[in-house]
Amino acid sequence: MKSKHPLPGPSAVQALYDEADYWHVNTGDQTIHAKRLPGRWRRIKWLAASVWLVYFLGPYLRWEGQQAVLFDIPNRQYHLFAATVLPQDFWMLSLLLLFFAILLAVMTAVAGRVWCGFFCFQTVWTDVFTWIEEWLEGPPSARRKLDQAPLSLHKASIRSVKHGLWLLIGFLTGFSFVAWFTDAPTLWQTFFLGEANGAAYATVALFTVGTYVLGGFLREQTCFWLCPYARIQGVMLDRSTVVPTYDRDRGEPRGRVQRGEHVGNRTTGDCVDCNQCVAVCPTGVDIRHGQQEGCITCALCIDACNQIMAKVGRPGGLIRYASLDELEGRPTKPLHLRARVWVYSAILALALAGIFYGLTSLAPLELKVLHERAPLYVLLSDGSIQNKYTLKLLNKMPEGLVVTLSVSGHKGLTLVGADKPVVAESGGVTPAMVFVRIPRRALEGEQQPLVFHAEARRASGEVVRAERETIFIGPPQSR
Amino acid sequence: MAENNHYPGEENTGHIWDDDLRELKNPPPRWWMIGFWVSILWVVGYSILYPTWPVGQEPTPGILGWSQIKEYERGLQQIAEKRAEFEDQIGGMTADAILADPGLTQYTLASAKVLFGDNCSACHGSGGQGNPGYPVLADDDWLWGGTTAKIGESIRGGRQGVMTAHRAILTEQEVDTLSSWVVEMSETAGEGGREAGWALFRSKGCTACHGQEANGILARLPNGDVVTVGAANLTDGIWRFEPGGFESAKYTILHGVNQVGVPETRDAVMPAFGEAGKLSEQEIKKLVVYVHKLGGGL
Repeated sequence: MKSKHPLPGPSAVQALYDEADYWHVNTGDQTIHAKRLPGRWRRIKWLAASVWLVYFLGPYLRWEGQQAVLFDIPNRQYHLFAATVLPQDFWMLSLLLLFFAILLAVMTAVAGRVWCGFFCFQTVWTDVFTWIEEWLEGPPSARRKLDQAPLSLHKASIRSVKHGLWLLIGFLTGFSFVAWFTDAPTLWQTFFLGEANGAAYATVALFTVGTYVLGGFLREQTCFWLCPYARIQGVMLDRSTVVPTYDRDRGEPRGRVQRGEHVGNRTTGDCVDCNQCVAVCPTGVDIRHGQQEGCITCALCIDACNQIMAKVGRPGGLIRYASLDELEGRPTKPLHLRARVWVYSAILALALAGIFYGLTSLAPLELKVLHERAPLYVLLSDGSIQNKYTLKLLNKMPEGLVVTLSVSGHKGLTLVGADKPVVAESGGVTPAMVFVRIPRRALEGEQQPLVFHAEARRASGEVVRAERETIFIGPPQSR
Repeated sequence: MAENNHYPGEENTGHIWDDDLRELKNPPPRWWMIGFWVSILWVVGYSILYPTWPVGQEPTPGILGWSQIKEYERGLQQIAEKRAEFEDQIGGMTADAILADPGLTQYTLASAKVLFGDNCSACHGSGGQGNPGYPVLADDDWLWGGTTAKIGESIRGGRQGVMTAHRAILTEQEVDTLSSWVVEMSETAGEGGREAGWALFRSKGCTACHGQEANGILARLPNGDVVTVGAANLTDGIWRFEPGGFESAKYTILHGVNQVGVPETRDAVMPAFGEAGKLSEQEIKKLVVYVHKLGGGL
């Protein structure tokens, strides 16, 4: 245990204070200025973060003259390239959410908080924010000095550029978000003329402020105290999860490099206590204390440690991606022998299969049939039984359809109220009320299965069809 | 105490006992404190803008002048404006013209559903399925005619059919013969009534109301309308009062319908909804469309 306050000598009481100090948690009382070092994991982090370029550039993709991906909320239509998804197909969204939730789980079970370390918008945006900070203000020592320096013209100019850039990124974040929900080029035209939707301004404002505060000020505090995933992901780790780990057996006891030492006569471990792993950590944790809630597994400490090890001529990998089993010398299970991997993969496959099925079987026309509940049937004066149905036609085509309705299932039936075709508006539900009559004597049971058919010809000449089973109800047969 | 603080670098409160027992400062996280102060500012801002503090009977109004009831009324007004587009349109149309327009028919049905529930369904059932003593509105058997004009008349002015109590007019034998005949007629769609029944039906004056063909129709006008006095069609399987059977027919013949001074008589009164401002003409028109579309409109 480290001890900052050796006065007045070790005692039972002092041990308590030392322990309290050891367990001290980061509550944001000091800004963390992490050192940026080049390295393998640094490169991987940038590559992973570049996935977010899709978020900024995606809205400008075009497909057949319209925005390729457009979540058109006012019209309740969701365009994904060639496919148009209506709210009725939204069960696919739950599968998509399930897919990502399980993907998060499987990544975490296999390799720890990969999401947090490499992909999370909080850590990625913070990384970009601190990158700008370093570019303007210099390395951590210079930044700390500037923090404490009295306000001067120099400080004010640097700071205003920094905050301006942060706010600009916040604005672009909000603007790009809104661009997924409305035509992006139009948004650029209307936004600055004050002609865009009020919700667009509110959203952009919220995102700008949110990004600025979360990325500029709260930073790792978000991971420590606000983020539920950080806590959930922690419990998904097990003994076979590989995470950046300090090899305690190799590293301890720590000690400075002595001149002229040999591997044979060294009394210390490989850790030279240079504290570089702490200096580069964006959340300010000490990886040598083991896996902890503050560690987002970004692996930057691996880069730092390997560089130092190379300098002092010791083998790298003192901090490395390793599982608890591996470090303790137990046999490690390969991926395909872990039950979690199988269960998670099965759920992933099911969710993907469901989405694939959904997207490939999007029906252009859907028919729903509601049987009247009161009365279930009516006796007419010519002795036939009449049932009333409300047909709901959902037209997912971009154009209106003229739909012809018919019914089958009984030889003696008459369809009433469908002599004229129904005009089904695009992207909406059009109801139609129809009646089916069957002579009472022709009824074979209390219930008859019927099938309603809807058929329409598109402007292109393609015929779209839908059908729906229902029942015809007659009086009880005992009479 | 504080002057003996041997722990100058440590975040303690300066309260030290027995040389080394001291109280540490553990302030809440900064983000939490920021949230705390922002919440307080929020309350101040909110209470300036919105009704907040209970002072006397009414809370402080807030400078925005917002209130739930005002928002509710604004919502109602929006609905009224939306409806007005349609209401103005159907205001100048006949029920038949509305029925010819699928869009307006949809609007009228949705809007009249509430009117039907409030005014009609207590007797005629929620879907017009009828109740014992109250006619089914979803079939095509109409006592007073099933065109939009006739349905409108029935709602506006009400209806009250009459049938004489025959207990003092017919012998018990004759009543039995007629009752059996009514059951035969209903089961065979008017084909199988025995001759004895037909003879009585014609000779005892039943045709005056039920018509020569016993179908309740007295005359057919050139425009297709029919003249009725609300007498039941005896040639179909649909029963006006209790459904189907000898006893039901006999009861109606003996005690009649709406007979003053006959306590057992069948009651059959449709109130007038056009009177005393119960329903406006517009509402009646919408109900006509609704009833016509229940399944039996002619």
